[in-house]
Amino acid sequence: MWGLTINVKRKVLKGDITLKAAVGVAAVSITCLLGLLAVELFLGSTRSITKFGLPFVEGTTWDPVHDIFGALPFIYGTLLTSAIALLLGFPISIGVAIFLTEKLKTKKAIANVLGTLIELLAAVPSVIYGLWGLFFLSPLLRDFVETPLHRYLGFVPLFSGTPFGLDFFTAGIILAIMIIPTVSAVSKDILNAVPNSQREAMYSLGATDWEVIQKSVLPYARSGIFGATILGLGRAVGETMAVTMVIGNTPSITASLFSGGYTLSAVIANEFTEAASPLYLSALVELGLILFFVALAINVFARLLLWRMR
Amino acid sequence: MVQNLESEKVDLIIAGISLAPGVARRRRIVNKVMTGLVFTAVVLAMVPLVLILGEVVLRGAPAINLSFLTNLPRPVGVPGGGIANALVGSFIMVGLATLIAVPIGVGAGIFFSEWPESRLSIVSSFANDVLAEFPSIVIGIFVYVVIVLSTKTFSGFAGALALSIIMIPIIARTTEESLKIVPITLREASMALGVSRWRTVIRVVISTGKSGLATGILLAVARAAGETAPLILTALGSFYFPQGLFQPTAALPLLIYTYGISPFRDWQTQAWGAALILIIIMLAFNLSVKFFIGRRPAERAET
Repeated sequence: MWGLTINVKRKVLKGDITLKAAVGVAAVSITCLLGLLAVELFLGSTRSITKFGLPFVEGTTWDPVHDIFGALPFIYGTLLTSAIALLLGFPISIGVAIFLTEKLKTKKAIANVLGTLIELLAAVPSVIYGLWGLFFLSPLLRDFVETPLHRYLGFVPLFSGTPFGLDFFTAGIILAIMIIPTVSAVSKDILNAVPNSQREAMYSLGATDWEVIQKSVLPYARSGIFGATILGLGRAVGETMAVTMVIGNTPSITASLFSGGYTLSAVIANEFTEAASPLYLSALVELGLILFFVALAINVFARLLLWRMR
Repeated sequence: MVQNLESEKVDLIIAGISLAPGVARRRRIVNKVMTGLVFTAVVLAMVPLVLILGEVVLRGAPAINLSFLTNLPRPVGVPGGGIANALVGSFIMVGLATLIAVPIGVGAGIFFSEWPESRLSIVSSFANDVLAEFPSIVIGIFVYVVIVLSTKTFSGFAGALALSIIMIPIIARTTEESLKIVPITLREASMALGVSRWRTVIRVVISTGKSGLATGILLAVARAAGETAPLILTALGSFYFPQGLFQPTAALPLLIYTYGISPFRDWQTQAWGAALILIIIMLAFNLSVKFFIGRRPAERAET
């Protein structure tokens, strides 16, 4: 009798331990994967790291024929296009989030439909954004935005150069469109989490809708919205296909938004399979390593901000 | 006088609003203007969606017919080229990636939801969040360095591996979310009947949360089907049907990219046709998740 109980107990325990071990291994493997990613990228780029050292990130020449590699034009392109994306995408995303949570508070059905539609923007594959950018957006921007801006404001360095359509500007706009679903969806959750007592207190003082949003909802949600924005930045920095197809793919550092550029991810996508020499390949992997650390820093920062909100 | 000023200041700080005549009108106008701006933002966010879908349908529809779906690509200028190999390649790679990603993703999700307090759970769940937002091209480089360099060939297997790394965090997160909302009372009822913990997890928790699990897997499949960047470095693409897992393999997004940036008109037309097919697949996945399985677990948890 006793033996039986102990046997059953042991069997039960064994099952529990097996399950925990099995799913634990899965959980561990995710952490290992992240670590392994860093290690392999580092190993893959040792040749380039030992050859160029730290000056790699400030080198402005990218000349595969003579095996001279510098990452600065790509870092510049990534930063510039992401900055344009945030500048344009942030206000729109926050506007969307405010509209869906605050203005449609009593019309949940409409808010849901609109929310789904905006989520669909995130479901569109980036190569389709690229195709659309290449054949539709780029000529449109060239003829109706860039050319007029250049004609009347060409003396400003930002708008100098020859509007060509495939440039930093178009890439920035595409990225802005692509980060809107991310930033607005996360901000929407953050705004939904603001306690109603915050709003009611303001309303009871006779505040208008906007005053409630501006003075009690947004301050409460500030760090969460900041986190959402940083998450959007991470997306913009890592985005590859759409940017590759519209940025013109010429390594350059210039203040002009209307000249072709290059980003970290775009150069990797374009040149990786053509890299003839081991050093060339290694330099490209090192660009990936830079991208890895930038993305890691951005994501950890964003997650910490968002976790604190919860 | 001084006191008056001070009390006004306090009033301003606490309420941030003034009730003086004339100010009220301005406040109403500001409110209207801001409402207008916020609404404009929604319109601006919608415009690209409409334009993209419209453009893909307009340009893609003329390219699509039965032979487009069943033929192999043909050289430039030869009519009748199709995307059959890309469809097959995508199907194989996404299928294999799903087979790899589901056990790991679901397993990790179970761990996150059932042992949330453990240190491993906290660390791993954080790593999972980071991985979920990671640039997919970096994952492509990783698989290139690990698999393509050592097998000395671009391959469908490498592509599938890259896609599975993209799918794992999505599946893990949705699994966790859908299991966490299974009421604790259900677990307690099961355990009170003497059912062991592991049986409770498998029989009660998972079977209650399985629609959420399915949602996560569908979303992950949809995401993987549209990924391009990592496949450039791993599967490479091909003009033929895949003959095995260890050779360059075609995929729908790769074909859209290659044809789209080519200077040839009929290839560009085919790129739009392929884009329409891809977008139909994506929308089917995403909308079926919305309408058939129900709302996303994250939303259900809130209400």
